[in-house]
Amino acid sequence: MVWSTESVIMAIVGGALIGLAASLLLIATGRIAGISGILGDLLKPSAGDKQWRVLFIFGLFVTGSLGVVFMPEQIQTPQDHSLGAVVAAGLCVGFGTRLGSGCTSGHGICGLTRFSKRSFVAVLTFMATGFITATAIQIFTGGNI
Amino acid sequence: MNRLFAFLAGILFGVGLIVSGMTDANKVIAFLDVADGWDPTLAFVMVGGIGAHLALFKLITSKDKPWFEDQFFLPTAQDINIKLVVGAALFGIGWGLSGYCPGPALVSVASGAKEPLALVCAMLMGMLIKELAFREKTPQ
Repeated sequence: MVWSTESVIMAIVGGALIGLAASLLLIATGRIAGISGILGDLLKPSAGDKQWRVLFIFGLFVTGSLGVVFMPEQIQTPQDHSLGAVVAAGLCVGFGTRLGSGCTSGHGICGLTRFSKRSFVAVLTFMATGFITATAIQIFTGGNI
Repeated sequence: MNRLFAFLAGILFGVGLIVSGMTDANKVIAFLDVADGWDPTLAFVMVGGIGAHLALFKLITSKDKPWFEDQFFLPTAQDINIKLVVGAALFGIGWGLSGYCPGPALVSVASGAKEPLALVCAMLMGMLIKELAFREKTPQ
């Protein structure tokens, strides 16, 4: 296994900040911090509460802009991945998270916290296919796709 | 005010994603790929995230209503159906293929690199296809 104590501490601290952000959104606006839902509901013609969604996503973008300056090593694109593979992945992520009503945040953090059975099933499923996909790509293509 | 706090929550969420390592697509792939020197670090993001949210969730939802709305908007669906499983399975395939889930992809777009931009455009397309293919009348 390849890991360091420092990166584990950063993972726990970063994770805790994500949990705090989800808590802040919940206590202030009553909403679940599920990124795919916040973004995807903007595409519904009937959505009347667009402004907070846009501002939450703008917050992510602002952080990204600062992150590139102050912690550039933490923001890395996938190596040896063709744009075709990335586009195919994006289609799966977009369609899948909407069909499955959530992603790593909505199901993974918020749903498991609420002991939601649906989220438990979703997390087990996307972890399983995520592990299988990444491992299969490494075995069959050496990570070059 | 709920707009201001949504913005602040977005900032804090983004900081968490960057600090945790979730915006390093290669680290995500190294976490999901168990064949080539497995790096289990990112499992701890879930430990920290659920730990912090769990500590506050009961306290928050024991209140009658949030600060700036009249009610909490918590998911009510209970049934485990084929959409949930197929959707989650497809999401996992995309995640394992690229190293991006939605949050880190949106944060990474700001880097100006072509991969996260391409992924977010395709993700929006995938979301739109779902909207058009499954027009639902009842709110989720």
